Amino acid sequence: MTPLSDMSFFASFVLIFVSAAFTDNILLARFLGMCSCLGVSKKVDTSLGLGVAVIFVTASTSALNYLVYQYMLVPLGLQYLRLIIFIVVIAAFVQLVEMVIERTSEKLYNSLGIFLPLITVNCAILGISLFMLNKPYNFSQAFAFGLGGGFGWFLAITLIGAIRERINESALPRGLEGPGITLIIIGIMALGFIGFSGMIKI
Amino acid sequence: MLPQILISVGFLLACGLVLATLLLLAEKKILNYGTCQIDVNAGRKTLAVEGGASLLASLAEHNVFIPSACGGRGTCAYCKVKVLDGGGQVSPIEAPYLTPEERQDQVRLSCQVKVRKDLKIDIPAELFNVVRFRARLAHKRPLTHDIVELRLELLDPSAITFDAGQYVQLESPDYKGRESVMRGYSISSRPADTHLIELIIRRVPDGICTTWVFDHLQEGQEVVFSGPYGFFHLNDSQAPIICIAGGSGMAPIWSLIRDMRDKGIARPATYFFGALTQRDLFFRDEFKQIEQECPWLHFVPALSQEPADSDWTGERGLITEVVARHFPDASQHEAYLCGSPGMIDASIAVLTQNGMPQENVFYDKF
Repeated sequence: MTPLSDMSFFASFVLIFVSAAFTDNILLARFLGMCSCLGVSKKVDTSLGLGVAVIFVTASTSALNYLVYQYMLVPLGLQYLRLIIFIVVIAAFVQLVEMVIERTSEKLYNSLGIFLPLITVNCAILGISLFMLNKPYNFSQAFAFGLGGGFGWFLAITLIGAIRERINESALPRGLEGPGITLIIIGIMALGFIGFSGMIKI
Repeated sequence: MLPQILISVGFLLACGLVLATLLLLAEKKILNYGTCQIDVNAGRKTLAVEGGASLLASLAEHNVFIPSACGGRGTCAYCKVKVLDGGGQVSPIEAPYLTPEERQDQVRLSCQVKVRKDLKIDIPAELFNVVRFRARLAHKRPLTHDIVELRLELLDPSAITFDAGQYVQLESPDYKGRESVMRGYSISSRPADTHLIELIIRRVPDGICTTWVFDHLQEGQEVVFSGPYGFFHLNDSQAPIICIAGGSGMAPIWSLIRDMRDKGIARPATYFFGALTQRDLFFRDEFKQIEQECPWLHFVPALSQEPADSDWTGERGLITEVVARHFPDASQHEAYLCGSPGMIDASIAVLTQNGMPQENVFYDKF
C-alpha cells in the first residue's frame, strides 16, 4: 500500500476517517468511552445527542491538541506531559463550547448542553487525542482521525441505543437486564467490527 | 534535571493559568445578560435583576421567597412557579417533575429557569406572606451525638404565625470558602410561642448548612431565615392518628403533638419514633410527661440495630415492621410521616397494605 505521505490530500483524509471510524472503532475495537455509553444509550435520541456532541468535541480537540503538541510540547521537549495537558485542554474547550452554545442557541443547549459535562470525562476523547500521536499524521490527517474516531463512537452508541430500545420490550432473564445484556450486545457488535480489521492498514 | 522539572512545572502552571483566565473572560463576556425585568403576578411586583442567575435565586435576592429544600439542584421540586413568558424550554432536569397538566399551565422549577431575558411569572399569593426574619441563637443543645436543637429568638420581625408542621429556610452565610446556601428545616416549637422558633437539625456529613450549624454557629450569634413554608399540617378530621418519624424528622411531629395539647384536640395518636440504637433516642422524658397529661397520646420508640443483649425493653425492628405489628388494620386512621424519601415510601407501602387509603397519608419528604 502506498504510504500516507505519498497519497493525495483527499485520499489520505478519507482513508484515515474510514479506518478511525470502522477498523479502529474507539468504542467497539478499543473499548473506550464505555461508561458514558452504558449510561446514555438507553434511547436512540439521547444516544444521537451525545454522539453528535462527541463528534464535535473529538474533531475540535484532536486538532487543538495536535497544535498544542507539535508547537508547544515538542519544542519544549515536554512530550511526557501530553496526557495531563490534553485533559486540561479538553476540559477548558468543553466549558467554552458549553457557554457559547448556552448563549447562542437554547434549543441546541437543551439537546446537547447537558451532555457536554459528560464529555469532559469521556475517555474516548482523550484516547483519540493520544492515539493520533502514534502515527506520523500532519494537521489535516490528525483532524480526520479525530472526526473519524468521533463518528465511529457516534455510530456505535446510536446502534447500541437502537438495539437497547427494542430489547427493552422483550422478556429478558432478570440477571441480564440493563447493563448485562448491553455488554453482551457490545461484545457481539465488537466481533462484527473485528471483521473490518485488516481491511485498511495505515 | 532541575531545569527540566522547573520547565515542566512552569509550563503546566502557565497552561492552567492561561486557560482559566480565558474561561473567566469568556464567562464575563459571553454569559452577560444585562438587567432583566421580572413581572410577578401581573404587575403586583416588578423586579429588576441582574441576568444569568436562576429565577429562584434572583427572586430571593428581592425578598420573594419560593420554597426550596434541595438548594437549587432540581431534586426536591418544591420551587414550582408558573413562568408565563420568557422561560424558554423545559430542561431535561425538570422534565421528570412536571405532570402534563403542569406543563400545560407553564409550571417550571424556578431553580432550573435561568433569567436570560424579561420574565412574566405567577406565584401563589401566600408566598408574598413569607417573611425574612433576623433572629438570635439563644440556645443550642445537643439532643444526640448527631442531632442538635436550636432556639432562635426573633429580632426583626419579632413575631411569627405558622401552622404546626410548616418549615423555614435557614441561611448559612459564607464560611471557609463554602458558599451561602438555604436549607429547609421544620419548626419544632409550638405555634403558641410566637416570639421564637426551635429547629431540630441532624448533621449531614459534609453538608454545607449543617456543618455550619454544628461547627461554626455560636450562641448569641445572629442568623437569618425565611418562612413559614409548606402545606404539612394537621388535617381537620376526627380520624385517629399514626405518626411515623425518626431522627430530626421528629421536629414537625413534636410541634404538632404539643399544638394538639395546647388546643385541646384529643384525637387518639400513636407516634412511632424510629432509631438505630439507644443513643439515637431523645425527648423520651418529655414525651412521657405529655403521655401522662394527655391519655390520647401513645409514644412508641423502636430500635432497629440495638444489640440483642442490651437492657432495652421497648420495641425492636424496622419502624415499618413495628407499625405493621401495631396496626394490622389501619383503614380508619390518618398518617403523618416525616423523614427521608426511602423511609416515607416504605411507610406508605406498609400503611396502604394494611388498608389505609393513600389520600389519608400526609408526609414531608426531605
